[in-house]
Amino acid sequence: MPYHFTIKSQRYVFDDLKTLLAKATPFRSGDALAGLTASSYEERVAAQIALADLPLKTFLNEVVVPYETDEITRLIIEEHDAGAFAPISHFTVGELRDWLLSDAANTNTLEELADGLTPEMVAAVCKLMRNQDLILVAQKCEVVTQFRNTIGLHGNLSTRLQPNHPTDDAKGIAASIVDGLLYGSGDAVIGINPATDSPAAVANLLNMLDGLISKFNIPTQSCVLAHVTTTLQLINQNAPVDLVFQSIGGTEQTNRSFGISLSLLDEVYEAALSLERGTVGDNLMYFETGQGSSLSANAHHGVDQQTCEARAYAVARRYSPMLVNSVVGFIGPEYLYDGKQIIRAALEDHFCAKLLGLPMGVDICYTNHAEADQDDMDSLLTLLGVAGCNFIMGVPGADDIMLNYQSTSFHDALYLRKVLDKKPSPEFEAWLLKQQIMDGDGNRLPIHAEHFLLNEF
Amino acid sequence: MSLYIPKHTTVEQDEWQSLKAFTAARIALGRTGVAIPLKEALQFKLAHAHARDAVYAALQEKELMQALQLFHLPIFSLCSKANGRHEYLQRPDLGRQLSEPSIKQLTGKKPNGDIALILADGLSATAINNHALRLLQLLIPLLQQANFLLTPISIVQQGRVAIGDEIGSLLQAKIALVLIGERPGLSSPDSMGAYITFQPTVGLTDESRNCISNIRPEGLNYHAAAMKIFYFINQSLRLKISGVNLKDEMDLLT
Repeated sequence: MPYHFTIKSQRYVFDDLKTLLAKATPFRSGDALAGLTASSYEERVAAQIALADLPLKTFLNEVVVPYETDEITRLIIEEHDAGAFAPISHFTVGELRDWLLSDAANTNTLEELADGLTPEMVAAVCKLMRNQDLILVAQKCEVVTQFRNTIGLHGNLSTRLQPNHPTDDAKGIAASIVDGLLYGSGDAVIGINPATDSPAAVANLLNMLDGLISKFNIPTQSCVLAHVTTTLQLINQNAPVDLVFQSIGGTEQTNRSFGISLSLLDEVYEAALSLERGTVGDNLMYFETGQGSSLSANAHHGVDQQTCEARAYAVARRYSPMLVNSVVGFIGPEYLYDGKQIIRAALEDHFCAKLLGLPMGVDICYTNHAEADQDDMDSLLTLLGVAGCNFIMGVPGADDIMLNYQSTSFHDALYLRKVLDKKPSPEFEAWLLKQQIMDGDGNRLPIHAEHFLLNEF
Repeated sequence: MSLYIPKHTTVEQDEWQSLKAFTAARIALGRTGVAIPLKEALQFKLAHAHARDAVYAALQEKELMQALQLFHLPIFSLCSKANGRHEYLQRPDLGRQLSEPSIKQLTGKKPNGDIALILADGLSATAINNHALRLLQLLIPLLQQANFLLTPISIVQQGRVAIGDEIGSLLQAKIALVLIGERPGLSSPDSMGAYITFQPTVGLTDESRNCISNIRPEGLNYHAAAMKIFYFINQSLRLKISGVNLKDEMDLLT
């Protein structure tokens, strides 16, 4: 169905819902590359005004990717909770934006609403919001998950310790882990991107992590970010798998390019649950996403990259994950060109995921061919801290020597905890205090060469 | 009221410097408050500056063309459809296509060669400026001794890997070998990649190629890289494939 809006004598017509959404999206290079952006500033605002007047019910009747050929669309429609949606079913997209910002929308009401919202509704309202709106609403959401500790409580900020090494050298990885732990990092997960996906190599890393966590009695969980098929094979061989990782996208075809489907994810999820390795909870999936993956896989169906990204969250929430994060600036400047676009996209991703009920973190990052630097990352880090982001990455000196990009350092997390008075996960904080690594105010204590974590070497 | 200002540094060193022996990661950086000490922060900035300069570096075309004379092969100077670096970075599709004048240069030539040698700036012209010639000095004699015929050498500005498909196809080569600057990392601003594509044709994607990455003295050195490329070219011509189905079994031979 076409949508339109007239400004003075210029009548703008948008052929269908996906076109309206795309044209209403704040500018980014990936949508331009896909040929989906508004052709003028005026057309973009015309699309936003038309979108503001669109009844939310429209999203239940008009899909952006065909129902018949896309299992994510079917998932979104079939899992939609009409009861949760009922209180806002009379809203337009614009009215939803105003309501979200009102005091009537609080932590409880937003939690109850989550299953009544579809990714496209959330993507749509996001396009009408300024950065401060995205921050304010996200901050109201609280999404708490548990495995061996508790992540996402208001007032907490956690980190994934990311100790990558270009050749998966066990000692090299352990050196980065110890460095991170001694800087208070690693409560969300200790997660390695393996340089090779071979099952034997991944099993070695899993055993090494399991050994470290047991030996030092660390209240955290491990993950080796291999493909789910590799992890599934290792679960069946009784390898010590805590969290199951997978990259996911927002269309069936994108996921096919990642070598996955919902049925495969179902299978690995059930297999991992059967291991019963969590102590305080059983959230155990870990998903990474990022705007641009559908375009990169030639699988976007004419849908803008931010909407495709939000659709990936429908996949994620099917599995009550422990952690989800967008790898926002990793994909490169042809999708998000500069610091401004990366910052906007990260705030969008965090907002959309939180509103849909996901434990969202962000890999605050950039590559060397993007127009961005540490100052941009500092801005984004601070904004996401204010927005209540569940976790960020902890990479030694912000420099990932395996993946060749820049993320956030152990020090960055301490900065954010300090300026915003945030704490690590409570179980992990108790461990840091006990090991005399941090004090109760979040200050690093002096660490002597005899500290027992250093005995590992 | 008195203000305490220490006479010496406020930087606290980490006691685990010895762990640096196990990894090139930036560990044991120390701290002042919760911040990274300035010395380390400036080292990081310098590494980023090198990477940024590499992204915006230009091919030293004149010097390259002069130096490449020693191979006695014709040389084409080509460019893609991307106008300048900003467009190149945002439009990878344009970096994969030859400009009209470049197509004209190659059309109607009567090449007879097995292997099209292509040098493209990619994301680090510095990599090509530093390493292409020295790699070719080892590789070209190997190819000539094996009686392979080489087409003219193409030097491409604002090029992506897939531009080799169009060049190789216009030159009717059996194999396109693209040497290209890789995305710079903080510790590797001049890493060069080599891509081998059998029967280059417009429209091929990455699974049709074999890639040899991280060519630079601190990574895969010139000799090892030349041997590896030579191996892949031999195997590719023999089996008439390239890409995911052409496995690297070189180590099994030695």
